[in-house]
Amino acid sequence: MNAPLKLGLKQRYSLLTSGLDWTPSYQPFEKIYPYAEFEGIKIHDWSKWEDPFRLTMDAYWKFQAEKERKLYAVLDSFAQNNGQMNLSDVRYVNALKLFLTGVSPLEYQAHRGFAHVGRHVPGVGPRIAAQMQSLDELRHVQTQVHTLSHYNKFFDGFSEFRHMHDRVWYLSVPKSFFDDARTAGPFEYFIAIGFAFEYVLTNLLFVPFMSGAAYNGDLATVTFGFSAQSDESRHMTLGIEVIKFLLEQDPGNLPIVQKWVDKWFWRGHRVLGLVAMMMDYMLPKKIMSWREAWEIYFTEAGGSLFEDLARYGLKVPKYADVATAEADHLSHQNWATFYQYCHAAGFHTWLPSAEEMDWLSEKYPTTFDKYYRPRFEMWAEMEKEGKRFYNNALPQLCSVCQIPMVYTEHGDHGATSFRVSDYKGEKYHTCSDGCKDIFDGEPEKYSQAWLPVHQIFQGNCGGAGLEDVLKWYKLNLGADNLQQAGSPDQKLWDEWMAAKDKVAG
Amino acid sequence: MSVVALDKQYADKVEIRDRLENFHGNQVVYVHWEDHLMFCAALAFPLPPGMPFGALVKEILPTYYGMHPDFAKIDWSKVRWMIDGIETSPRLEASLQDNGVGHKSIIRFWTPGLDGYKHSRS
Repeated sequence: MNAPLKLGLKQRYSLLTSGLDWTPSYQPFEKIYPYAEFEGIKIHDWSKWEDPFRLTMDAYWKFQAEKERKLYAVLDSFAQNNGQMNLSDVRYVNALKLFLTGVSPLEYQAHRGFAHVGRHVPGVGPRIAAQMQSLDELRHVQTQVHTLSHYNKFFDGFSEFRHMHDRVWYLSVPKSFFDDARTAGPFEYFIAIGFAFEYVLTNLLFVPFMSGAAYNGDLATVTFGFSAQSDESRHMTLGIEVIKFLLEQDPGNLPIVQKWVDKWFWRGHRVLGLVAMMMDYMLPKKIMSWREAWEIYFTEAGGSLFEDLARYGLKVPKYADVATAEADHLSHQNWATFYQYCHAAGFHTWLPSAEEMDWLSEKYPTTFDKYYRPRFEMWAEMEKEGKRFYNNALPQLCSVCQIPMVYTEHGDHGATSFRVSDYKGEKYHTCSDGCKDIFDGEPEKYSQAWLPVHQIFQGNCGGAGLEDVLKWYKLNLGADNLQQAGSPDQKLWDEWMAAKDKVAG
Repeated sequence: MSVVALDKQYADKVEIRDRLENFHGNQVVYVHWEDHLMFCAALAFPLPPGMPFGALVKEILPTYYGMHPDFAKIDWSKVRWMIDGIETSPRLEASLQDNGVGHKSIIRFWTPGLDGYKHSRS
């Protein structure tokens, strides 16, 4: 008896995809793909799509299962060995709280977004790739939640991450970023997430978090990072493939794509401000400064990418120069914001120590001593006098990025940057030329923003007092919020360390 | 430019959440003390439009800015005011509305001679 021939990967891929793009006869094309044309993108020949992966479902399941097995073996051993006790310092845990509440839910949003695109793009190659990416993103949110659930057994600020993501004021920044992408058409979503975020900016998110974890003794987080890494490289390949394909298909696509690249570069840059602050202020053992990471991953890597794309007529994103100049200010301005509002945040803050300030002076020679050291020294004096500064009024928010309007003028960093647009007789404030351009491009969309501060004033967030609002956030008062010093996290850690010292004699 | 949407009637269906009538008789007013970035952003308050400008100066500003060592040193007769980008001399007894402060207006003020902790503009 002859055994059936085993098919090669290439043949299986062609069997998987061929015939999926049949010409419909019962229903008109535009009813099956209602989202395909309204964005103005013209595709003449989907068969020109070169699939960069040629991955079949059975191979996909096999690779992913292998990675899961390794990850969960590491997580088990981390838990059994009380890995949390080997961290560099308990302050590090706050970076994980920020990740779980701010970033992990975005993985889920990415899963939903790619599932939608995987249904609605009328080309079979990108459709399959988007569906696989959708599954990857679902896997990422799961592995992150599972990994960080170990920390939830000991530390505050983790347990209500999903609820908080939808409600807490600063989490509206990453949330609205993804809401914006998911409510765009499928091609804009592809450029926003697949290209601008996954390709241009992702190294500025993942590398700092994962190296930060490695430097600070968090083997569990390093492992979920590694587990996601091979998926990420596939996502990056898809992102670059999409942009090249759109630009090759029709010259009319260029201005549309350029506008999206400009917009999503700026949106992504604003969201990554959270990473900047994490790197420069939250890691007890620093890896490199935000400024250095920006140089490596945006200025150098992004520079050669856009050189390569120049042959299609695509330009470096608008305001990339402003973002580069802002890299000397971003982390300091964000940390100063959380310092004064940490009574309303789900993680703890602290002032940088004298050694940390010296490190910041060295890394930011033109800005730290001039603008930010005095601010922290002033607050240190106030703390000493028992008058720790909390800002008891709510801040003005940007109508686009939804970050408090803390950023300063390009060229005058002692002055806040204010921009305003008029739409149907209402004023809309934005924090920068980048955000104002985005508002003015689609005022219909951004005039609907759910701005946390205004929603509190309208009485839609549990009540008028701070305590009412924090309860509505499911923030555990006195445990999840306020300073690191005196927190239950710190107390527990100090007990662990004292017990260790005792054993060591 | 306008929105690119599948629904041709998108613009007519927009629900603006920040409309004045959603604030229960108040309007949102932003206040910003220039050269004092200890306060990271302009502050937002829901205030009745009929509230006298003087009440903002005498009651609200000291409550929220008073902890800054410069605050006690302010010479109020020398303060420069700007409402929505226009330099102005507000009348303290007149209402916010009569001083040109509307919904989502921003009031910025400069305090001459005072530029933050050790002149750092913080």
